[in-house]
Amino acid sequence: MTLNTVQRDIPSHIDGYGNTAEKLYSGAFERMPEGFGRGGRIRAVTPNDRAKLLSGVSEAISASGLKSGMTISFHHHLRNGDYIVNQVIEACASSGIRDLTIFPTALFGIHKDIIPHIKRGVIRRIMGSVNGPIGALVSEGGMEIPVVLRSHGGRARAVMSGDVHIDVAFIAAPVADIGGNISGRIGKSACGSIGYAFTDALHADCVVALTDNLQHYPIAPVSIPGTCVDFVAQVGSIGDPAGIVSGTTRVTRDPLRLLIAKYASKLIETSQYFRDGINFQTGAGGIPLAVTAFMKEAMKNRHIRGGFGLGGITGYFVDMLKEGLLKKLMDVQSFDEEAVKSIASDPRHIEISADWYANPWNCGAAVNWLDVVILGATELDTDFNANVNTEADGSLLHGIGGHQDTAAGAKLTIIAQPLMRGRIPCLVDKVHTVTTPGEVVDALVTEYGITINPNRPDLIDACKEAKGGDELPLVPVDELRARAREMSGAMEPVWQDERIVGIVEWRDGTIIDVIRQIRSAR
Amino acid sequence: MRRTMLYLPGNNPNMLTRGYLFGADGLVLDLEDSVSVNEKDSARILVREILKRGAFGECEVTVRINGLDTAFWRDDVAAIVPHGVHGVRVPKVESVGTIKALDEELSSVESAASLPAGVTKIFCLLETALGVWRAYDIASASPRVTAIIPGGEDLTADLRTNRSASGVELEWTRRMLIVAARAAGVDALDTVYPRITDDEGLRREAEFIKQLGYDGKSVIHPNQIPIVHEVFTPSEAEIEKARKIVSAAKDATRRGLGAISVDGRMVDLPVVRRAEFTLARAGITDNEQRGQEK
Repeated sequence: MTLNTVQRDIPSHIDGYGNTAEKLYSGAFERMPEGFGRGGRIRAVTPNDRAKLLSGVSEAISASGLKSGMTISFHHHLRNGDYIVNQVIEACASSGIRDLTIFPTALFGIHKDIIPHIKRGVIRRIMGSVNGPIGALVSEGGMEIPVVLRSHGGRARAVMSGDVHIDVAFIAAPVADIGGNISGRIGKSACGSIGYAFTDALHADCVVALTDNLQHYPIAPVSIPGTCVDFVAQVGSIGDPAGIVSGTTRVTRDPLRLLIAKYASKLIETSQYFRDGINFQTGAGGIPLAVTAFMKEAMKNRHIRGGFGLGGITGYFVDMLKEGLLKKLMDVQSFDEEAVKSIASDPRHIEISADWYANPWNCGAAVNWLDVVILGATELDTDFNANVNTEADGSLLHGIGGHQDTAAGAKLTIIAQPLMRGRIPCLVDKVHTVTTPGEVVDALVTEYGITINPNRPDLIDACKEAKGGDELPLVPVDELRARAREMSGAMEPVWQDERIVGIVEWRDGTIIDVIRQIRSAR
Repeated sequence: MRRTMLYLPGNNPNMLTRGYLFGADGLVLDLEDSVSVNEKDSARILVREILKRGAFGECEVTVRINGLDTAFWRDDVAAIVPHGVHGVRVPKVESVGTIKALDEELSSVESAASLPAGVTKIFCLLETALGVWRAYDIASASPRVTAIIPGGEDLTADLRTNRSASGVELEWTRRMLIVAARAAGVDALDTVYPRITDDEGLRREAEFIKQLGYDGKSVIHPNQIPIVHEVFTPSEAEIEKARKIVSAAKDATRRGLGAISVDGRMVDLPVVRRAEFTLARAGITDNEQRGQEK
């Protein structure tokens, strides 16, 4: 038995993953890179050979040289509206290609159509976040090789350092020209930023753009230049616009969530980071959006102008940019229609890659400049370790996203959520899966108040010294845990087998935890 | 203070356990209209168990029992009173007799539970024209009566009208009840504002009843609390003026002076009392006031 520094038992060898001795998590900023990075295959196109246009997915697969056993990648900017993953896997299956490793930035419910291909061996391995039904399949032992979960930054790092080699990157392109220049900003399937696809485009051996909006050479503006795109294939539709971007999200009226958001906002306002130039990321969930709304009011009242808003960008951030409360938006993923419109028209709204966003192994990712981030988690423990991957029954249902990266990068990391989800407490003695270590989580905010990590006495003092103390009720973590236990009663342990079905990498490539197969019967 | 009293459905454990977190001055755990007839028993048991836990922060805790014209009210009283509620809110009060009957029942349950006699207060809902007409008599019927509250939906139905955005149909009732409440020496608390997403409408109504002299308002959604509190909380300027008046009055008493003046205006006893009330409403205690004077 070998424990890493968050006290998780990691076997010395994991079938389908390899030896782990050199890869045990040992601290948020401990592992440092050595040597040189990796790139894709070097290609050349002569002036007489400039045609990249192919007629469809099957022809693209054939032209790319894709063979059984290779690794293919996808981005998830089309979210639950994406048609490309299903189309490519279907075409691979028809061509007799098997044993693929798929390396998506995320999978969604719409991708459940690939489950039969997993069962038939077309897909042998998944590296990337698995949500919904595919997560459930993995949890129940439906894949022979364990899934490897990485954060957005950790994924970019894995590609650039050579941990993962992409044979063919399939990039869904809301607009592309015949020379392979790509953008997400226009077209019926517009999704705004295509930041997650950049790293793949730069490092894959072969890059295929799939588009339903082909234009003359060149389009403008360009996100990914045609210099790294081998082929452009036309498809009928890359996705369902209704599933790609939502309408403008409204701030919740759920009083419990508003209360939590108010406490989180007060904590930020009380901290030393609430000053001119504050950079922050709040995300698109109900509570984070409400925090954004409260912060906006507070910024106006105290005449504070922020620096940049980061991450998944919503209409709320766009409004703050327009009103001068933020100077820039750094957008790796555009969440709603307002964000898509803004990135297409406002030069202060910058499209950034996953590498720029969050990679721990480059010369400085944007997350390093964050003052504050608001995050959620399925559960937290009394050491402030956060689990965003598995549910209370132990099943794998969520990816890491930027959780690890922003928590590590921000000076103030707040997890904001209700103490109970139905009968299930969000604060437990030990989380089932450690996704993000407590050393980079500063506070948990619930409807009962603000619970600060004891390793941040400066924050505790700031809250105690603040005016209007009843707006900043401090609840020690043990007291909050006792309250949760009183309501939920004792929780039965998760029944699981020894077999490992998932590996959770910390953003530096070390193993922070493993996920075991759940057992339905005792 | 009773600026806000938040209704919590008696059959909703989620709200019953967490309702106090929203910062209302009081809670009304409801066994009446929010609970269907076939859920009366289970809601009563749930409310009883929640009361036993006693986790309500600083809130004044009351229970709206079922009316005395139903078969449920005695069981309601027997289940909740022994566990220490501040009061019961009783619906559709129309007569002094109703209050006397409830008073007797409360006394009997208090005695059996070894509680001090009269500790459980009565909040009267006047939801019919007859109840409103007899407001003063009802408010004076027992020392337990601590507040009278006009009805909303039921009362407008009884008046053969309905609730409008302007609230004109309840205007006279509200004016009458404040007079009856003050005459009887009890609080006047307003009915709920039912349009839970209309923040501006709520603010207008709260400003209106505050100006009439009401002590507060019942609320049916946590998001209504900060709006009503804002209306009922004195402004910085009002607080500052009240501080000056109270301070000058104390100084005058110390020095044996009669009439005093503040900022060039004569100040008499009612003005001093109003200033003291303003400070109380702002949550400023005597100690804080003394600290300010130093």
